[in-house]
Amino acid sequence: MPPKPSATPKPSASTNAFSSLWKAYQDETPARLKLIDAFLVFLMLSGIIQFVYCVLISSFPFNAFLAGFASCVGQFVLTASLRSQVNPLNQQEFKDVSPERAFADFALGSIVLHFFVFNFLG
Amino acid sequence: MSLAYPPPPIAPSAVKNTASFIRIVALSAIAGCAIASRLFAVINFESIIHEFDPWFNYRATRVLASKGFYEFWNWFDPTAWYPLGRVVGGTIYPGLMATSGVIYNFLHSIHLPVDIRNVCVMLAPAFSGLTAWSTYMFTKEMKDESAGLLAAILIGIAPGYISRSVAGSYDNEAIAIFLLMFTFYLWIKALKHGSAFFGTLAALFYFYMVAAWGGYVFITNMIPLHALVLVLMGRYSSRLYVGYSSWYAIGTLASMQVPFVGFQPVTTSEHMAALGVFGLLQLVAFTELVRSHVSSKQFQTLLRTTVVSVGILGVFAIVIMTMKGWIAPWTGRFYSLWDTGYAKKHIPIIASVSEHQPTAWPSFFADLHMLVFIFPVGVLLCFQQLRDEHVFVIIYAIMASYFAGVMVRLMLTLTPVVCIAAAIAISTLLDTYMDPHEPEAVEAPAETAGASASQSGSGPTPSATITKKAGKQSAAKTGLFGIDTRLAVVFNTFFLLLIFVLHCTWTTSHAYSSPSVVLASRTADGSSAVIDDFREAYYWLRQNTPKDAVIMSWWDYGYQIAGMADRPTLVDNNTWNNTHIATVGKAFATSEEVAYPLLKRHDVSYVLVLLGSLIQYSGDDLNKFLWMIRIASGVWPDEVKEADFFSPRGEFRVDDGATKTMSESLMYKMSYYRFHELFPQGQAQDRVRQQKLPAVGPTLDCFDEAFTSENWIVRIYELKPDDELGRDHKSANAFAAGKKRKKGKIARRRFALE
Repeated sequence: MPPKPSATPKPSASTNAFSSLWKAYQDETPARLKLIDAFLVFLMLSGIIQFVYCVLISSFPFNAFLAGFASCVGQFVLTASLRSQVNPLNQQEFKDVSPERAFADFALGSIVLHFFVFNFLG
Repeated sequence: MSLAYPPPPIAPSAVKNTASFIRIVALSAIAGCAIASRLFAVINFESIIHEFDPWFNYRATRVLASKGFYEFWNWFDPTAWYPLGRVVGGTIYPGLMATSGVIYNFLHSIHLPVDIRNVCVMLAPAFSGLTAWSTYMFTKEMKDESAGLLAAILIGIAPGYISRSVAGSYDNEAIAIFLLMFTFYLWIKALKHGSAFFGTLAALFYFYMVAAWGGYVFITNMIPLHALVLVLMGRYSSRLYVGYSSWYAIGTLASMQVPFVGFQPVTTSEHMAALGVFGLLQLVAFTELVRSHVSSKQFQTLLRTTVVSVGILGVFAIVIMTMKGWIAPWTGRFYSLWDTGYAKKHIPIIASVSEHQPTAWPSFFADLHMLVFIFPVGVLLCFQQLRDEHVFVIIYAIMASYFAGVMVRLMLTLTPVVCIAAAIAISTLLDTYMDPHEPEAVEAPAETAGASASQSGSGPTPSATITKKAGKQSAAKTGLFGIDTRLAVVFNTFFLLLIFVLHCTWTTSHAYSSPSVVLASRTADGSSAVIDDFREAYYWLRQNTPKDAVIMSWWDYGYQIAGMADRPTLVDNNTWNNTHIATVGKAFATSEEVAYPLLKRHDVSYVLVLLGSLIQYSGDDLNKFLWMIRIASGVWPDEVKEADFFSPRGEFRVDDGATKTMSESLMYKMSYYRFHELFPQGQAQDRVRQQKLPAVGPTLDCFDEAFTSENWIVRIYELKPDDELGRDHKSANAFAAGKKRKKGKIARRRFALE
């Protein structure tokens, strides 16, 4: 996940900190994870747009809103799970889950999620 | 290293193979035991559905089996809640019916044409075998296979679980406990391995659980609580994130597919803990990610404040949304678990159910026997190791103990964790005392003696701690030496386990295996007599009344009337409309003149009351009468007053001391109508309330006695049709009885001019 600029106002030290964080992220993250992060950003934007639509205009077919929003959130956390499972830094934590296995889990989870999403769209 | 006894000379690989073979044999034997011990009711009586709620489940399953799934899903039942009807598809948890429907169709597809009734009767025993297996899997994650086997046999026969799952008790709990344990097992797996696969599976079984039982809220709050405690203990890991997120994201969406649940997971307070922890985990995960990229101290403080402030903001948001009413507050059923006086004050219908009372200590012992003593030891042992999954058992134990203490019915959710914790304790004890290794070298310095002892046992055993304590005296002779101590402890444990089996069998056969449809009693010579008045009366209704005759009874019997008599009812056990129930209560609690028009307005043709006065059946309608009065007076406080039914000294009496309101109430009259004729003059006796009844029994003007069962348990009255001459029933009866008006009282009757 790329660092989103936080809303908390902090003195100059923090802007400095954020730029150094961004730099560290650019330097240390493998390309594969960056790809996943791009997908995560897309999902987040899609979810935000749906939410704003719901708040500003209408939540009338509430199940359709929930299905769409939950598909974004669910896909987001499943992808974030995949990201942490394939992250080389986390290899210690996931001894039983190889990257290939993680991807298969991700695929299964997404299929199940979207089955329910389509069932719930109504 | 010295040994207490020589281990058998078998190669390690052979031991391994034999052990796994024995495990399979033991598990199948346990499943067999679990099934067999639930069959008392079927063998002693017959294969029928017990109790009240299962009759509805059975009726719904019959619709599913005969008409197919879509018909069942969209089933509108016009015969329940008579004028209103009931949308069944949207007001039930369909998991139980769907399960037996699938089993039914499977059996028929392999040419085993089993009746749907037998599938329903045998469903609970079959699933108890699966529960034993899933408890084995769960406990295996906590300790090892041998503890798992112990837990499986304990839950297989523990009366606390049998009470809700005997053959014929076709209730939601029959499959729910299996689903509960299996969901927990999958959650533990997901947490341990950090696998999205197990998280997804946990979500799927959570979905099945949501479709099966309203107690799914327990899972919805247990798993977030576990995750929250892990985060607070500083045990956050990416595995927790993966397991929890995949479970929550899929499971919540899945749970909303059940029509009865609907949007509740995003709009009610019961589900907000899960949502809150989900949000918190996202925050924590993000923080951890950022922390991995930078190591500056300043950052950590910055992030920590961000996380804390956002967390507090989130909590405030939820609180404010609850205050504003965007999130529905706790429903009465759940709220009464926290505020235990709430139901009695505000919702008498919840308090009126006997299962919703607090649990007394003897029922803990009757349901769990020695497990209730060993249970805390198991929890303590979990504290000693305290891996992530042990935290779960500890939380589960605390929460379930509290709930079981508040409500008898929730003993059911306590039983699994008691079995697991007790199995861990017993298995640790046996591990320690069956281990042949003796503490080494008595002459060695105390430190080494202690260390070796703790190595030889599995985990810090009591002997090791004793050794360490006594370490100052050199040549400490404490620890496990010889075979006699071992044998004494092992035999004692074995003996206790045997007694446990005896207790379970005894309790099951005596307390929990009686179908409430048939009352069993013993005659003087010890042979059993069966009192079958309920079915007698219900079948009378089924065969001698028109198909659309509406029956009024108290709500307890609604499902049974619909199931056995197949007639429309006013109210039933699904107590969703309190006012409608209060109407029935008012009809029973008021006099004939008030009740008759009320019943006419509801198209009632027959009224059914239960009377246990002749054979001491204490669960009759007069004993429930106070609840009817309370529920009715909650809606019509001016017309029904509880105080009117008590004698001046505050007693609830049916004899000569009964108040006027009491002796004129419909319930009193219907119960005791012609009852005194059974006895010699003036000696009518109520055997339940132990009171002598008035010599002159009540008379009924607006009702005819239609049927009274053999032992006078069920009495059915028919509403008289309107008088042909337009008089009210009272004067018509008086005229028919030849009563004259008193002389000289020729009435100047006053009628209003039309």
